[in-house]
Amino acid sequence: MNIVVCVKYVPDAQAERTFDSSDNTTDRANVDGLLSELDEYAVEEALQIVEAGEGEVTVLTVGPASAADAIKKSLQMGAHRGVHVDDDAIHGSDAIATSLVLAEAIKKIGADNPVDLVVTGMASTDGAMGVVPTMLAERLGLPAVTLASELEVDGGSATIRRDGDTSTQSITATLPALVSVTDQINEPRYPSFKGIMAAKKKPVEHWSLADLGVDASQVGLDAAWTRVETFTARPPRSQGEIVNDEGDGGQKLAAFLGEHKFV
Amino acid sequence: MARPTPPLSPLHLFDTDSLIGEDDRSIRDTVRRFVDDRIRPEVAQWYESGSLPARDLAQELGRLGVLGMHLEGYGCAGMSATAYGLACLELEAGDSGVRSLVSVQGSLAMFAIWKHGSEEQKQEWLPRMAAGEAIGCFGLTEPDFGSNPAGMRTRARRDGDDWILTGNKMWITNGSIADVAIVWAQTDDRIRGFVVPTDTPGFSAPEITRKLSLRASVTSELVMDEVRLPGSAMLPEAAGLSGPLSCLNEARFGIIFGALGAARDCLETAVAYARERMIFDRPLASYQLTQAKLADMTLELGKGMLLALHLGRLEDEGGIAPAQVSLGKLNNVREAIAIARECRTILGAAGITTEYPVMRHANNLESVLTYEGTSEVHQLVIGQALTGEAAFR
Repeated sequence: MNIVVCVKYVPDAQAERTFDSSDNTTDRANVDGLLSELDEYAVEEALQIVEAGEGEVTVLTVGPASAADAIKKSLQMGAHRGVHVDDDAIHGSDAIATSLVLAEAIKKIGADNPVDLVVTGMASTDGAMGVVPTMLAERLGLPAVTLASELEVDGGSATIRRDGDTSTQSITATLPALVSVTDQINEPRYPSFKGIMAAKKKPVEHWSLADLGVDASQVGLDAAWTRVETFTARPPRSQGEIVNDEGDGGQKLAAFLGEHKFV
Repeated sequence: MARPTPPLSPLHLFDTDSLIGEDDRSIRDTVRRFVDDRIRPEVAQWYESGSLPARDLAQELGRLGVLGMHLEGYGCAGMSATAYGLACLELEAGDSGVRSLVSVQGSLAMFAIWKHGSEEQKQEWLPRMAAGEAIGCFGLTEPDFGSNPAGMRTRARRDGDDWILTGNKMWITNGSIADVAIVWAQTDDRIRGFVVPTDTPGFSAPEITRKLSLRASVTSELVMDEVRLPGSAMLPEAAGLSGPLSCLNEARFGIIFGALGAARDCLETAVAYARERMIFDRPLASYQLTQAKLADMTLELGKGMLLALHLGRLEDEGGIAPAQVSLGKLNNVREAIAIARECRTILGAAGITTEYPVMRHANNLESVLTYEGTSEVHQLVIGQALTGEAAFR
């Protein structure tokens, strides 16, 4: 089983996140970053599949030099090798361009050893659009089975459970396929100390756009279909409304909830 | 480091991370995350109820590689002394009791076997202890012999090829949950260490309750009533008090870092509290007296961290002298408890509850101040190094 996991290096959600004032892109320089927590579930799931059988997990990221940390963390968890696509021209890319770069990288990874499964998180914790998995599947011509809270890989197929508001679906796709996973699917492991030391010896390839045959005009801020025009910090939270209970507290609360369409 | 903008964490201000190698930082980060996920949410409850899910924790810590992490071989992770210290720091930022579990397992019980044991003893115990499947304790202190272990009354006498062990040990961390106890005893041929499976007839380990400190830690008495052990139970490579003292040196090294974890957690809590807490219509943090306290505590925390990292580097480059370990333990525990108490004043009444970690840390540090060598003993070790005069008795 040859699995590629797409991971993203994101600004730490615990820190004060903001935009770069020069071009209104996410500020990645002044905030400590980390492997997107939602992608840890994807790495863990891929590792469990390979550990239960055989195969190799390649982690793939697109991002600036600092994004190497996301690969490192994945390798420390147990992934076998990493691919880091880094090119100045990618800065500011939207989901469409990102999916293009990822797709070309996955094709290149699969050139020698065909990829059976692509696993992604359900969304990034910074952009939070959640569209890259389906865009990527479309570009690769793979079935997309998304938002998996369980994943069973059996011979030539992948079966997921997707939990909806009113129903639970069981969906099967033939391999090769793309699966995005939710934070319900597993409990990501901590990198063990042995894993941390072993990761240093694992291979990481560095590719540019030229290596992938992608023209710089297809990516980056200028090629983006959307851009951030302005941004405003959220105003500080105002003090809540205190309801004094004079025997009618319940009614007042119900009225408040109704008025704000909470019930 | 990224361009620093206020508010900064105390150690960020010192940029001590720049003194820590990449591997050690990765190890530190993984332990920090474990503590955030697994210890912090529950430790106040453990403390209040005076219980610790030690077996579960030991297995989780074993999977990470924490137990005996600074030892080589036998399933141990073989990390640097600095990495071990940083792991202790992060664990103690959670709770001194959790760090104590790890110190006793790795630095006392496992180290004793690793350093002084036979090949058979190492093969039998170390891999299971590294994995957290077997828990160890270390019996040196006795009811009447703490700073003066040479006076111990526990005795091992020969009976044919066997040993018969009799005596009491006191204040033994992990005692009641241990699978194996390293027990030190007087023999006809100096003080010797014994590897005692805790299911051996005549061995019991009643838990000590009613503690006001280290409540999230198992503390026990060890009672040995004519415990019969095979001749192979003795640690062959330890003769005399230097055997147990070599182990204590390892544990003390971890405490040099560990105590700073408790202090850091208190200080970060106090800063956050002072910024939120309004008093006379202004944040408590905006008052000069508060800032003076925070600045002074930050200085001591940072100085302690610089000392710890310096001693860690010395240890990694060839080893540190016991008197140097005493420098670190004396300073860092003494400053940590002072920081914890000062932080309590910033939190006011809120500081006395388990809602905040401050008084829990302060109470824990009361034990850390006197175990593994009291502050007074460390002063005397340093005094002896400076003057050549031993003033212990």
